[in-house]
Amino acid sequence: MLSDWQFILLFSVIALVFPGAPILIAQLINPKKPNPIKQSTYECGVETVGDTWIQFKVQYYIFALVFVVFDVEAVFLFPIAAAFNQLALFAVMEIILFVVILLVALGYVWRKGALEWF
Amino acid sequence: MSFDVIDFLESLFKLTVADYLRQVFGVPEWIIDVVQIFILATFLLLNVLILIWLERKLISRFQDRIGPNRVGGRYGLLQSVADALKMLTKEFITPSGADRIAYNLAPFIIVVSALLMWAVIPFAPGVVGTDLNVGLFYILAVSSISVVALLLAGWGSNNKYALLGAFRSVAQLVSYEVPMVLALLIPIMLAGSMSLQRIVYAQEVWYILVVPLSAIIFLISALAELGRTPFDLLEAESEIVAGYHIEYSGMKWGMFMMSEFINAFFMSALFTTIYLGGWRGPGAVEYPLLGLVYFSIKTFLILFVLIWIRGTFPRVRIDQLLNFNWKFLVPITLVLIMAVALIVKLLPDDVSSWVLAAVLFMANLAIGLGALEIFRRSAHRQRQAVEAARNPGTAPVAGTSPEAHSAPASAH
Repeated sequence: MLSDWQFILLFSVIALVFPGAPILIAQLINPKKPNPIKQSTYECGVETVGDTWIQFKVQYYIFALVFVVFDVEAVFLFPIAAAFNQLALFAVMEIILFVVILLVALGYVWRKGALEWF
Repeated sequence: MSFDVIDFLESLFKLTVADYLRQVFGVPEWIIDVVQIFILATFLLLNVLILIWLERKLISRFQDRIGPNRVGGRYGLLQSVADALKMLTKEFITPSGADRIAYNLAPFIIVVSALLMWAVIPFAPGVVGTDLNVGLFYILAVSSISVVALLLAGWGSNNKYALLGAFRSVAQLVSYEVPMVLALLIPIMLAGSMSLQRIVYAQEVWYILVVPLSAIIFLISALAELGRTPFDLLEAESEIVAGYHIEYSGMKWGMFMMSEFINAFFMSALFTTIYLGGWRGPGAVEYPLLGLVYFSIKTFLILFVLIWIRGTFPRVRIDQLLNFNWKFLVPITLVLIMAVALIVKLLPDDVSSWVLAAVLFMANLAIGLGALEIFRRSAHRQRQAVEAARNPGTAPVAGTSPEAHSAPASAH
C-alpha cells in the first residue's frame, strides 16, 4: 500500500515542473522595465491610504470555525461510510445520533446569529 | 521476449503498454510512472487551451454572438494559442512592498494542487495513476491546498482589495467544502469503499439514478468550489475588481486561469466517475479503449453543463451564497445521509440493485421536494411578515392573497 503513494510523490515532484516551465520561459522573454508608477498598488486609480494589512472582520473567523466543526464531523463519518456494508443496523442508529447532535449544533449556531454575514 | 511491433500496437490498443514495456525491456516501475505522469500532465495543460476555446465559443453562442473566428481559420481554433503567447511576453509587474515569497509561491502551489488530484482518476478499466484505497479522501484533501494558495496570493499582494478578495474567496470555498464532502459520503456508503476504481466497478446502476439529490448537491458545491457562475463573485470584474489575483500579470496570472480550468475539468471528471459510472458502458471491460471513449464523452458532457450554467444564471451575492450553503445545503445533506443509511440497512441484503436504486430514488425525490416545500413556506411567511410591516392596515389572513384585499377597496 505504501508503494501506491510513491506515484503521488513522483507526481508532486514532477508537477512542480509544469507551472515552473511557463513562468521560466516568460521570465526569459518578457520585458523588464520597472518604474514606481507601474508598481504602485492598484486601487482603481486613487492612492492607497494607510496600512494594507487591515484588520479583518470577525465573520470570516466565525465561518472558518463552523467549517472546522463540520469538517471534523465529516472526517469521523468517512470510516463509517467506507465500512458501511459490514455494519449492523445498530450502527445506523449510532450514525443518526451523531448526525442529529451535529444538526442541533447547526441549529444553535443559526439561532445565535453566527451565520449572518453582516 | 523480444520487441514485436504487432504486440506493441496490440498493447496500445488494449491500453496495457506499461505491462508490455515491463515484460519486454524490464523497465523499472518508476520510469514508467514518470512517463505516465508526463503524458497526463502535458495532456491536461494542452487540454486547458481546448477548454478555453470551447468555453469562449459556447458562451458566445449562448449570448447570441459568434466568438473567436479570426485566429486559425473560420472557428478561431488557434485563439488560445495566441492568448498563451501573449501571456508569455507580458511583463511581471510585481507591486512594491509585496511579500516576495508568498507572492511568487502562490501560482506554483495552485497549479500543483490542481494537477495532483488527477493521480487517482480511473480513465479506463486498469488505467489509473494509482488506485489509492482512500482515493476520494485524498482528492478532498488536495483540493483544500488551493485554498491556502489563494490566501498566499491575496496576502502577498500588498493590496487591500486583494486581501479582502482572498478572505471572501476562502469563506466561500471553505463553506462549500462541507456539503461537497458530506454529499460524497453517500456514494462511498453505497459502494463500500473510498477507492475510485471500486466505486466505478460498483455502479451497475449509475449513482445519478440512485441518489440524484446527492449528485445535485455535489454539482452545486463543485460550482462554488470552482468559483464559477453563479458563484463567481470572487473574480468578477464588476465586483472586487479581480479579487485575489489583481496584482498578478502575464504568465503568473495565466497560472491562476490554468488552475481554474484544470479544476473545472477535474470536477467534471470526478462527477462522471462517481455519479455517471466513469468509464462504464457497453463493451468497456473487453475493450478498454471504449472505456476511455465513454469517459471522455461523459466528462465533456458535464463540462458542457457547467458552461451552460455559466451562460444562463446571474451572479449570487456573498451573503445569499453563504446563507444558501449553511441554511439549506448542509441540513439537507445531513438529512440525506441519515435517510440513505437507514434505507440501505433496512432493505434485505440480497435485493437486486435496480430495486435498491428505485427505492433510494423515491426517497431522494421525497427529501428534495420536502426540503423545497419547507423553505418555500418559510419564505412565504417571511414575505407576509414584510408585507404586514409595510401596510399596517391590511392584516394578512393565512391563505388569502393581497389581491383579495385590494379588490374590495377599488370597488368603492
